[in-house]
Amino acid sequence: MKYLLQRIAFYLFTAWAAITLNFFIPRMIPGDPVKSLLSRFQGQMSSQAIDSLYVLFGLDKNASIWEQYFDYWKQLFHGDLGLSFTAFPSPVSEVIGSALPWTLALVGITTVISFFLGTGLGVLAGWRRGSWVDGLLPATTFLSSVPYFWLGLLAIFLLAGPNSIFPSGGGYTPGLIPAWDQYFIPSAIQHSLLPALTILISSVSGWILSMRNMMVTVAAEDYITVAHAKGLSEKRVALSYAARNALLPNVSGFALSLGFIVGGTLLVEIVFSYPGLGFLLFRAVTAKDYPLMQGIFLVITISVLVANLIADIAYLLLDPRTRKEG
Amino acid sequence: MSAEPVLEIKNLNVDYGLGDQAVRAVRDVSLTLHRGEVLGLAGESGSGKSTLAYGLTRLLPPPGVITGGEVIYHPEKGDAYDVLGLSDKGLRDFRWAETAIVFQGAMNSLNPVHKISTQLTDVLAAHEPKMSAHSRTARAREMLKLVGISADRMDAYPHQLSGGMRQRVMIGMALILQPQVVIMDEPTTALDVVMQRQILGQLIELRERLGFSVIFITHDLSLLVEFSNRIAIMYGGRIVEEAQAATLYKDSLHPYSAGLLGSFPALRGPRRELTGIPGSPPDLKGMPSGCSFHPRCPKAFDPCADTIPILGHPETPDGSVRTVACWLHPASASLKEPVS
Repeated sequence: MKYLLQRIAFYLFTAWAAITLNFFIPRMIPGDPVKSLLSRFQGQMSSQAIDSLYVLFGLDKNASIWEQYFDYWKQLFHGDLGLSFTAFPSPVSEVIGSALPWTLALVGITTVISFFLGTGLGVLAGWRRGSWVDGLLPATTFLSSVPYFWLGLLAIFLLAGPNSIFPSGGGYTPGLIPAWDQYFIPSAIQHSLLPALTILISSVSGWILSMRNMMVTVAAEDYITVAHAKGLSEKRVALSYAARNALLPNVSGFALSLGFIVGGTLLVEIVFSYPGLGFLLFRAVTAKDYPLMQGIFLVITISVLVANLIADIAYLLLDPRTRKEG
Repeated sequence: MSAEPVLEIKNLNVDYGLGDQAVRAVRDVSLTLHRGEVLGLAGESGSGKSTLAYGLTRLLPPPGVITGGEVIYHPEKGDAYDVLGLSDKGLRDFRWAETAIVFQGAMNSLNPVHKISTQLTDVLAAHEPKMSAHSRTARAREMLKLVGISADRMDAYPHQLSGGMRQRVMIGMALILQPQVVIMDEPTTALDVVMQRQILGQLIELRERLGFSVIFITHDLSLLVEFSNRIAIMYGGRIVEEAQAATLYKDSLHPYSAGLLGSFPALRGPRRELTGIPGSPPDLKGMPSGCSFHPRCPKAFDPCADTIPILGHPETPDGSVRTVACWLHPASASLKEPVS
């Protein structure tokens, strides 16, 4: 328990550092968001409007950097991330809020499927070396070495088209209103199939490979020989003794990959014009939408930290050796 | 001691690898373990003693293969059978219930992620499925008490126990199904000397109480002289001498046994100079011709380099059986075809 509190304290500190950097870095970039917004409106703004924009963005000249810093924190605690330029005058939190579920659903579900599928196959491949699963490895390794976006482009080129069931992009059929109804849900699933498939194909081999290798390493341990000598069933030795120990590194890898769900599949979302967070970040970067970028970075940072915390907790639960006595 | 055999190893051959590349780790070994006896198996590293133990329980890690021989097991009730001919199911039932093993690596023999209790009871669950969970736990507690570990360590994880405790847990685990044969593969190598004696003493006491037979494998001949009834000495995958422990200690016939006995100090008796055995154990891939010990043997003479001596039966004053494979005792050995 004490260990867990220590970890939580550490992550809180890291979060503070990340948020502070997130505050200072955009302010060190030459120029400011208001100027870039001005150029979007091509100077057709009154000086009063400009002044109020400065106040709005928390950039009014009178406030010192420290005052701005504390204001920034105050806003954060109110869930206020400022206003987006590109979706002006929508607040950033709203823009992120509309993109986040897409990414979470697409990448989250595929990451979970990929982990379980890959780990399961890895257990098989490692336990029965030389079986058909082992034969699968070179193919999956090849596919994982192909970059995401290229695989996506290839999938669109080969599978999507006017007569195909796979749409080439977007999150749902244009014209539908996002809602939990019988029109929207099937359309959303249909649109997610191709991106999900490319993510799955390129990520599953990592799980297979690492699980297989750990299985092979663990299979040489003394306690596996003991388990065989005890006359336990093959299944029990493979799962409760070998896989249970081999799983540990994969679980921490999985928890970390949960953190990258939010921002890690930028390219897939760009290729498929998927309305998720990665695509949003891409648009924010091209449009120099600093508040939006800042907001997305904040979400990514926090999700990585939370994933790390989950990894720590998972390890505590799975490996008794990490539990401190007391 | 009854002379009834419980485990008979007949002409067992074990190779690592296949074909021409194969390394012959155990060659033509025949040994008989009698009911209730402690049979010591000694030899240097690489002499094939552990391979023999793994071979007779069919636990050889790949690429180990048994290329010939028989391992006849005589159960307490029922007919004898060949362990090497058992089906997978039959083998699983045979393992631990009839022949349990205490392994070399005391530190790594327990699964780090399961509690001691889980690892003790899963044997029971596998072999006696009808047993209730409650009586399984009770039995596991009983075994821990038997090896001198308090029952409140049931919920401990392996890393919370010391090396000596872990090895005692392993011994308790080995005895949980009351097997006829317990194979101890260097059970105390990882432990300090005090702990070694304590554990072995306890084991011998348990053996007297429960009446199982032990195959005790070690490179420490001094331990064997003290704890075993009979000793077999292995060299280069073969048994070179076998005799009653006391006989072997006082009057070893094979120069290799003499060399082993000369490598450790005796606590009592006249002071003698310690001598080692010159050279190093043979490379199993390129065995010397003839008697594999001849390049290191101080007493080697003409026939040694050409012809393999086979096990003969020299006379013993007390009439007990002993065997030796050495040309120094030609009365006991008969000629065998030269091996190229």
